[in-house]
Amino acid sequence: MLDAMRWIVRFSFLLAALGGIAWFHHHRTHRPTRVDEANRDGILLIGNGSEPATLDPQLASGQPEHHIFHAIFEGLIAPLPENPDGDGPGAAVSWTHENFTTWTFKLQPNGRWSDGTLVTTADFLYAYQRLLTPQLGADYAAMLYPMLNAEAYHTGKLSDFSQVGVKALDTHTLQITLKGPAPYLPSMLKHYSWFPVPKHVIEKHGKMEDRGNTRWTRPANMVGNGPFKLKSWRVNQTIEVDRNPHYWDAASVKLNGIVFLPIVSDTTEERAFLDGQLHVTLTAPLSKIPGYRESKAPFFHSDPLLSVYFYRCNVTKKPFDDPKVRRALALAIDRESITRNILRAGQKPATGLTPPGTLAEYHTPDVMRFNPDEARKLLSEAGFPDGKGFPTFDILINTSEAHRSLAEAVQAMWRQHLNIPARVLNQDWGVYLESQRKLDFQVCRAAWVGDYLDPSTFLAMWQTHDGNLARGMPPNVCKS
Amino acid sequence: MIRFLVSRIIQGLVVIFAVITITFTLSKLVPGGAVRNERNVTEEARKAQEEYYGLNKPWLVQLGLQLKHYATLDLPDSYHYKGRGVDEIIASGFPVSAAVGVAALLIALAIGVPLGALAALRPNTLEDRASTFAATLGICTPSMVLGPLIAMLFGLKLRWFNVAGWFDSSDWVLPALTLGIIYSAYIARLTRGSLRETLAQEFIRTARAKGSSETSVVFLHAMKLASLPVLNYLGPAAAGLLTGSFIVETIFQLPGLGQFFIAAATNGDHQLTIAISTFYAALIVGFNLLVDILQAVLNPRIRLQA
Repeated sequence: MLDAMRWIVRFSFLLAALGGIAWFHHHRTHRPTRVDEANRDGILLIGNGSEPATLDPQLASGQPEHHIFHAIFEGLIAPLPENPDGDGPGAAVSWTHENFTTWTFKLQPNGRWSDGTLVTTADFLYAYQRLLTPQLGADYAAMLYPMLNAEAYHTGKLSDFSQVGVKALDTHTLQITLKGPAPYLPSMLKHYSWFPVPKHVIEKHGKMEDRGNTRWTRPANMVGNGPFKLKSWRVNQTIEVDRNPHYWDAASVKLNGIVFLPIVSDTTEERAFLDGQLHVTLTAPLSKIPGYRESKAPFFHSDPLLSVYFYRCNVTKKPFDDPKVRRALALAIDRESITRNILRAGQKPATGLTPPGTLAEYHTPDVMRFNPDEARKLLSEAGFPDGKGFPTFDILINTSEAHRSLAEAVQAMWRQHLNIPARVLNQDWGVYLESQRKLDFQVCRAAWVGDYLDPSTFLAMWQTHDGNLARGMPPNVCKS
Repeated sequence: MIRFLVSRIIQGLVVIFAVITITFTLSKLVPGGAVRNERNVTEEARKAQEEYYGLNKPWLVQLGLQLKHYATLDLPDSYHYKGRGVDEIIASGFPVSAAVGVAALLIALAIGVPLGALAALRPNTLEDRASTFAATLGICTPSMVLGPLIAMLFGLKLRWFNVAGWFDSSDWVLPALTLGIIYSAYIARLTRGSLRETLAQEFIRTARAKGSSETSVVFLHAMKLASLPVLNYLGPAAAGLLTGSFIVETIFQLPGLGQFFIAAATNGDHQLTIAISTFYAALIVGFNLLVDILQAVLNPRIRLQA
């Protein structure tokens, strides 16, 4: 009898436990996903890489910040809704130019900051002066160098800002004078380095040139002139923006808000996407792309990125000072095979430094070819017949699986076609940058993403004082 | 007792300032420099940034400033997260890591101690072998394998919990489970070894001889002494758990301290590296002190002496 009782108790416990699990399972599996809730509220959930270093558009230089700035701020010219590469009215309602050198912009008569203050030419003047002030140490100051005297002011050779090529003709007419004709200025103006900043808010919280003055970017203080305004910023968790009611074109804004989630790991991001937590991911694990391309065939869509991946040779070191050696190295790389067998996400082999699409009528010169015979011939002309006597050298990469597999492919091609020994050397990002700055490398990987739609965004960086290796890399640095 | 406390606190402060000095020196030896950006900046911008952070001053002056920051508790700004004090970053990340850490610690104890005790009480049986096998498996499974597995099973397959993020009140479960399982393995092994050793001691025989029940022998007499090695291990383990695990925080996208610690190293954000190392050191010093006091309470043979 007692035994039976014990079994009944045990059995009911088991039943209760199973019932509990079933109830829990039902309850948990029937809750709406975050995407369901966001759809109802008209909110977009975006994976956005790492936590932004700052929300001050003049101190930032990273990609995560980029997306947020385009929500909170707006430049003189904005992308067209139907064509992101097109030039539509932004903070400026119209513009004219003389000879592509002197540009005059009429600001939106009703353009306002998110606190209701009018956006005037004074905000643009203040923004450009602040960005170019040497003490601020803005990463992107060089973006303004096409403007007359901007470089001289930034390097301290000129201390009078009124001589820099930007003028307020009145509160709503801005004139920008360039060093020379630049038809691509409208495309350039869409970069956040050219965005206005709210003078009245920055001045309220500190000095113009103070790098530590970022109080103004906190949610309670921050104002912008874009379609959205900053609602909350929870560090390493979310940045939320919601409608800016003072935006000049608020009626055409369809979303009620955007939530940016800083997710560093691409596999975590993928899981969050599959779990219904994200509308958009920033990246996808490279190895999964071919799989998705097949399994999600009608939905899979891939867009081109205006970017080029290349190897630098250090021309200050032998034997890379010999153009024949560099040409041989370039000719021995089978780009077609790399994109087809390693990258596998629809990348195209580069035929030149400037990728196609940089300008509508621009044709990339077909200078990059795969020709191992010619490569061998050039190498033997340079004094290394069949690779004999060629010193062992390193291909410098920053630590990343993707760069490593590419470097190993190139290493194998050089060994196979030229019989020369290369090793792969990886360094952390900061060390890798430092090695380049000190010219302490032989061959290193590099990449460039266009900042605006003109070949000059890829070509200007090879000048001594521009962008990429700003340290005054000798102008005869080669690419391969 | 008071003398013991005062002397230990002074020792702790010395350790903390030694950690600041050592981390600072190491950060200066790291190649790559502190001012690093996604894009190479002009020389003017680089100089302005180095000047702003005082990086152009001699090393010793920089170290002096650093020690002054911590002595006066006026902590510096992070290099990378511009205009954000390192204390603000720690204050935002620590509660998340701590919440997950406490839950993980409880899970680890709840799994580890019974598992270890079971193995110790029935040595060389199937139960013992199974629990030792489970413990060894737990120790050998890295969190970067266990975490995604748990996320796939309870998140994507069963849909019980979110696979990532820190939004719902249940978001602590999966990361705490991952960490808890791994730590429970260590605890189970320690408990087993130490309980077996204790059960063989004289005073246990005495307890049995005076007629105490087996339950009272194990839980009242033996467990008290057997918990000492576990307690010893828990001090640093708790500090480690509370400050967050980079891997688990990355897998589950938690805004904790662990993510910042690693991001600080890769961003060259030495101010943040020094600050989190110091914070970690302070926690370890604190927990070790706590463990010492607890041991004295549990074991009458241990006396606190300065």
